[in-house]
Amino acid sequence: MMELKKPEVTQREDMGTTTETAVLAQGVEVWYGPSRSVHGIDLCLPARRVTAFIGPSGCGKSTLLRCFNRMNDLIPACAVKGSIQVHGMDIHAPGVALEELRREVGMVFQKSNPFSKSIYDNVAYGPRVHGQKDHHQLDEIVETCLKRVALWDEVKDRLKGSALDLSGGQQQRLCIARALAVGPRILLMDEPASALDPRSTGRIEDLITELRDLYTIVIVTHNMQQAARVSDYTAFLYEGNLVEFNETQRLFTKPENEQTNDYITGRFG
Amino acid sequence: MSRHLLHALDDLKQRVADLGTTVQQAVALAVEAVLEGNTEKARQVEAGDRAIDMDEVALEEECLKVFALYQPVATDLRLMVGILKLNNDLERIGDLAVSVAGNAGYLDAAGHPELKELLAQLAVRSQSMIHQGLDCLMRRDARLALDVCASDDEVDRLYTAVRASIQQVLALPEEPRDLARVESLLRMVHTARSLERMADHATNIAEDVIYMVTGEIPRHGGHLEIRGWLDRDGEEAARTAS
Repeated sequence: MMELKKPEVTQREDMGTTTETAVLAQGVEVWYGPSRSVHGIDLCLPARRVTAFIGPSGCGKSTLLRCFNRMNDLIPACAVKGSIQVHGMDIHAPGVALEELRREVGMVFQKSNPFSKSIYDNVAYGPRVHGQKDHHQLDEIVETCLKRVALWDEVKDRLKGSALDLSGGQQQRLCIARALAVGPRILLMDEPASALDPRSTGRIEDLITELRDLYTIVIVTHNMQQAARVSDYTAFLYEGNLVEFNETQRLFTKPENEQTNDYITGRFG
Repeated sequence: MSRHLLHALDDLKQRVADLGTTVQQAVALAVEAVLEGNTEKARQVEAGDRAIDMDEVALEEECLKVFALYQPVATDLRLMVGILKLNNDLERIGDLAVSVAGNAGYLDAAGHPELKELLAQLAVRSQSMIHQGLDCLMRRDARLALDVCASDDEVDRLYTAVRASIQQVLALPEEPRDLARVESLLRMVHTARSLERMADHATNIAEDVIYMVTGEIPRHGGHLEIRGWLDRDGEEAARTAS
């Protein structure tokens, strides 16, 4: 198999040293059978910051994202190599409880996927699975999380109503609330607004901005203006390689890698 | 990349180049007017300033349109910011050309041809800086831009020399102090000051080019550091090429 030339990764030396590290990826490779889609990526994601993954379709953004809570385990013939630590814990160590990892590292997908249950039960589902039975506690969790995603005022009078009756934007916010209900420290978002209208997109982006001080957020997006608006750091991936990782304002004003510049200015990709 | 953005950027570059040419011509004509005492040339400079002003406004509006429609980033963003800023500097140079031209017909009354000679030298240096500033813009040459910034010191020295010479003339006890002579000398100072300010604007243009190329803002003493970076990048490129 042809070895792809790994581009020189441009990453500032002081990245991640002044803040806590939420995710440390070292030499991460992802294989789908004989085909390697992610090539030896080293990445250090700061805690309680928003990091955006950008790059052309098929570059490995979502594949890399799914590594952080081992969602790739669900894909047949998918193999992950290298080391990934979440808050200092090796997520591939023997004995790691996957449900605990996925409680710690929540995920929101491009297409909102509320359960065909009530609004209340969608949010309460996760805590119940993790053993929460106290009704008052569950009420508090549901209210807190729905308020956190700015959905409470819109649904407080119909919590028993079906989640499927909500609009697309409301459903996505409900999914975020559902992810928050189990108390994660990290939230992975795979193009969370790409299926939404501009107004709903704006609300999701506002929500990300509000959540950034409480959670580490990693967002995959095709929308570079969105990445520029909501993220603190941006990672540019190309053909499975990490080309540049930098503070967002610096990457979008003075990228250190010419390939990054060519991509974000639209000269390719 | 959007075809429209590419076309808009090319159009802006051309318009800046055209404005630069117009301003250079205005400066050259103003210098001729004041040194020759040619009031007809001075009138032409004043008449042509209106077009420069209108071009500046049109260019700024076009820049704002590009920002609003295309949200440029990285090198395109820096190009746009640079154009927006140096557009203003070019317009100011045009205004200073009018100031210089307005002194046409007054300088000979001072009766000191050596002072006019000093002014002529100052004019040559200022015009050269404007030309080089526009040249480094067209070539996106940060090193040349740094040289332009460095040459501002020489212009400042020449300006100081002109002022000192005029002060010495005024201090001479035998120097006639009639109104025409005194006004002539004051207008020489005014002309020198305008030429020196043109050079300052040329420096601003060069600094905008440095920002466009390197992404670093070179104002307030950053030149040495940027020259160091450029030298290092050049050495590295040479090593890679070899």
